[in-house]
Amino acid sequence: MVVVVTIAAVLLVVAAVLAVVRIERGPSMLDRTVAFDVLTTTLVGTIAVEAAWSRRTETIPILVVLSLVGFLGSVVIARFAARESDEALPRPAEDALAEHEERATAKAEQREAAVDSEHHGGSAPGEVR
Amino acid sequence: MTVEPDWVTVVADVIAAVCLLLGAFLALAAGVGVLRFGNLLARMHAVTKPQVLGLILLLVAVALRVRSWSAVTLLALVIVFQLATSPVAAHMVGRAAFRTGKVSPGDLEVDDLSRDENADYPEDFARQD
Repeated sequence: MVVVVTIAAVLLVVAAVLAVVRIERGPSMLDRTVAFDVLTTTLVGTIAVEAAWSRRTETIPILVVLSLVGFLGSVVIARFAARESDEALPRPAEDALAEHEERATAKAEQREAAVDSEHHGGSAPGEVR
Repeated sequence: MTVEPDWVTVVADVIAAVCLLLGAFLALAAGVGVLRFGNLLARMHAVTKPQVLGLILLLVAVALRVRSWSAVTLLALVIVFQLATSPVAAHMVGRAAFRTGKVSPGDLEVDDLSRDENADYPEDFARQD
């Protein structure tokens, strides 16, 4: 059991270090949120490994709290990033939209060309276009 | 407390050891993925592995080592919280990334979200009547 716990602990520590490197690099706030999720999960895993090793049950409530706190952190930062979007877009939204429209029309034409109109049933009733 | 034969303890410990190693390995995989993958959605894909399966494996290991019903109840509570919250958090983060322009439309095979968000709902519904 000592060997197994040591290996598991090393794997978890390496995962935590990689997550911290990603938190430091970013580039965006949401990347940091995602990496922070990994860090929280790794922390939960480390506490679980410790509890499994020592057969203790006192640390298990910490796992409940940590899993909830990690969720709150992600959701709050996601809301914050959504609010922030009006001020600083990394790329002009119009450009992205125009590029996307272009691609969409190209794809639609391609699809139209591929489908024989005689055997095409048309769009479903109630479909939102 | 009931007295268990020795082999039950040995078997439970072996299964717990395997679960610990697998869970820690999944955490490591998430750490590598979150550092190496190129964009936000790919990183979110990597993060989900230890969040659900890895956590379940580690907590099963704890339950097999501790083997008390009060501990198992709390561990099941952690798993239920995690299963309920991690899809919500991932949804929020992904939507915030989409709205702040961090997801390039060229990466998406199917893009229903921008079509729905750009749709003018009242007019569309009126037209279909």
